Order: sequence, then C-alpha cells, then structure tokens
Amino acid sequence: MTLKTTIQSILKTLSVKTRLYWQMTKSLQTGLLLSTGLAGYMSARCPIQAWQTLLALAGSLFLAISGSTVINMVYDRYIDARMPRTQKRPLPSGQVGVVEALVLGGVLSVTGIGWAALLSPLFGLIVFAGLFFDVVVYTIWLKRRTPWSIIWGGIAGGMPALAGRALGLGAIDWVGLIFAMAVLLWIPTHIMTFSLRYREDYARAGVPTFPSTYGERTTSIIIALSSIATAIAMAFAAYGIGITWGYMRLLIILSCGLLALAIRSMVRPSFKMNFSLFKFASLYMLSSMALVVLGVL
Amino acid sequence: MTRKITPIDRILLLITCLLAAYLVVKGVEGLPILATWAYATAFGVLLIAGLLIIINGFDVLDSHLVVIVAAIIPLGLSLGMVIENLPPDWYLAYLVFVVIGFLAILLTRFLIPDRAATIVLATVHGAAGLLIFGLPIALVLQGIKAPMYLFMSAGGALIGIGGMLLAFLKSGRPILSAERIFMLLPWILLLMSASFVLGLGA
Repeated sequence: MTLKTTIQSILKTLSVKTRLYWQMTKSLQTGLLLSTGLAGYMSARCPIQAWQTLLALAGSLFLAISGSTVINMVYDRYIDARMPRTQKRPLPSGQVGVVEALVLGGVLSVTGIGWAALLSPLFGLIVFAGLFFDVVVYTIWLKRRTPWSIIWGGIAGGMPALAGRALGLGAIDWVGLIFAMAVLLWIPTHIMTFSLRYREDYARAGVPTFPSTYGERTTSIIIALSSIATAIAMAFAAYGIGITWGYMRLLIILSCGLLALAIRSMVRPSFKMNFSLFKFASLYMLSSMALVVLGVL
Repeated sequence: MTRKITPIDRILLLITCLLAAYLVVKGVEGLPILATWAYATAFGVLLIAGLLIIINGFDVLDSHLVVIVAAIIPLGLSLGMVIENLPPDWYLAYLVFVVIGFLAILLTRFLIPDRAATIVLATVHGAAGLLIFGLPIALVLQGIKAPMYLFMSAGGALIGIGGMLLAFLKSGRPILSAERIFMLLPWILLLMSASFVLGLGA
C-alpha cells in the first residue's frame, strides 16, 4: 500500500467517523440549546466586548450538551433499536460501537464541564447540573418508569440558558430562572408531540408516554397549555431583561401567534394541528433567543 | 385546491417574514402609540401568516379562519395610516368603523349564510383597501408626504390583488388557475412587504 492510498484511507475513515459522530450529537437540538445559552449570556449585557468569553461559553456548552446527548444514546440504544424512527442511528445500526460511543460521550462531557468550570465555577456547576439531570435523572432513572420524566428533561434543557446568564452576571437571578423556565416549559411541547406521532413505537420500546398513559386528548391539551406557559414565561423574562420596546413588540406578536395556535389546538385537537404547534413553538423559541440578543445590543 | 410549497416559495416567504419583522421592530417607531400598534398588528399578522405557510404549506389557506385573520391586515394598515395622517375626529370615527367592521366579519362568518358574509367582507375590505390605496396619493399630491410614500399605495394595490385572487378562488370562480395563484402569492406578499418598508421609510 502506498503512502497516498494510506492517507486516502485514513481521510475516508475520518470523514465517515466525523459524519457518524456529528449525527450522534443531534446537531439541531444541540444548536437550539446552545442558542439559549448564548442568549442567556448576552441578556446580561456583556456580549460583543467579551468575545473570548463568548467563544469559550459556546465551545464548552457545545461539548457538554453533545457529550450528554451521546451518553444518552448509549443508554437508549435498545429503545432506539426498536423504533423505526431511530433504528438507523449509528449505535443501534452498529456503525459505532458502545465503548467507542461511551468514550466519545465521556471525553466531550468532561472536556465541556472542565472548560466551563475554568471559565467560572458557578457556570461549570450549572452546566454539570444540566448534564446530571439529563443523563442520570431523566434518561437512566426515570425515562422508563414514568411519563413525568420529561419534567426533568425540561429542567436539564433550561440549564444552558440559566448557565449563560449566570456567567454574564456572576450570579443567579430571577430573570435567569424565568428564562430557564421558558425553555423548560417549551420542552414538553417538543417531546410530547413526538410521543403522539410515534406513540406505537414508544409503546413497543416500553417507554411510558403521556399519550399512552393519559390519552391523546389530554396530551394535546397539555401541549397547548405548555405552549401558553412558555409564551408567558418568555414575556416575563424579556421584561426582566429589559429588551428594547421594538423587539418587545415583535416578541408580543410572536407570543400571540403561539397562543392562538395553542388555543386552536385545544379547541380542535388533531395531530396535524399539534405538529404545526410544535414546529411554530420551536421557531418561536429560536426567534425569542434572537430577539433577546438583538434587544439588548 | 392548493399546490405543494417549493423551496423558492419558502425563501420568498422567509424574506417577507423578515421584512414584516423589521417593520414591527423599526418601521413603525416614532408614530403615535395607536398608529404604531395598528401597523404592528397588521405586519404581525402578515409575519405569523408567512411563518405558518412556510411551516405547513399553502394548505393553511384552506382554513375558514383565514378570511377573518386576513381582514386584520388591511384594517390595521388603514387604521395606522388614518391615525398617522388625519385629525383625531377622523381617526376616532374610523376606529369605530374598523372595530364594527371586524366584528361584523367575525359574526357573519359564523352566523349568517355565505352570501351575506361575502357582502360584509367585500364592503369592509373594500373600504380599507381604497383608503390604503387612495390616502397616500392624496397626501403626496398635497405635498404633505414625500413621493416615496406612494409605495404605500403600491402595497395596498398588491394586497387587493392577492385578496381578490384568493377570494375568487375560494368562491369557486378563480380568475387564474389555483396553480398559478399559489405560484404568484409569495411574490405578491414579498413585493407588498417591500413596498411598505419603502413607503413607511418615507
């Protein structure tokens, strides 16, 4: 084998591994959570000037969130293998080994939390708490026992926003808590919509969900109420942060859109309506983060 | 009735949404508070409608609620213009017309047969549309507003064209084929938003 073919082979392996590892980080979900962390930090009005801190925040959060996602995938590989939606993921399809994934998740998590702790011990502690709630409390302890586990998934999801603001302020304040609460309230919308759409898959995998425990109608109503609560929490957080009036106006309008969809979904629940609400709520969350950032610049 | 939304449609609608968001944030600043909110409500409805079409495709337009929600756009814009440019007596009277007109559209959609509801809708829409089209021309001719303000009329005309195309399509007597209407709609919405950005900038 010549040097050229060896290098080509190594590069090909690297490229395949990178693609597989990237899939395991759930880049969209990680990106959205990362955006909440960045928005939380910028909401403390210390954005552009401290770009080194901003980059370190983004890097450490990305590593920690990706790490916890990979570890979750390791623990959930048997569930994933039973569901058509997830059975082609790298672990259940056998493209990545368990030990390899565990090492990847461990390295990403430890590096992320270590980097976060170096930036600020409080920030590191909150990032660690997020990872702990997500991996240990949500995935390992409660996910297979009760549909209410999603509350803990939500708390974990709210941690990046709280951590970002705590890093900016040097302390935890009520605005940061409400800000994290808005993300927490949004997460059930996301998880429950998936559990409605893939109800049979979850049942086959033995994961208790709201639709299987309380029925579709109740789940639809909870999704709608959760969206309404998200909009209210976000409005309070934006008020507490003190975003400029123009951006506040836009946030109010987007919140009204979310409320209208949520109410319609409660009055006439259907899967189509729920999925529409879920997509709008995701867009709402991303837009709200952007508005918080723009509104304090 | 509808066609599948294409990536180009989504891009055009996304630009429309960004322009509408810009108008809500920056485009209506410095105006009387009621005018600001009247404009912001109209552009907000445009923004939400654009986002919903991007998310769900043109099927969204099949809903009966569309007619009611869509009425907010011309009513809000015309109210904003009246408050911004005419004396308080006028805008109070017009505010009453807007509130009664909107309630009439809302009630007739649910309580009265199609024909009467269509007449109410056409009357209220028509009055608001004429105002959006005519008032800027009158103000520019009198030298009260800069010529760029005529873009508001252009935006109003585009609302009228879009509204008519959809209304006739829904009534079963389309002016153009459904395929062509849904191909034109994102362009109409984009040009309309751009016109309002230019007009309000004046």
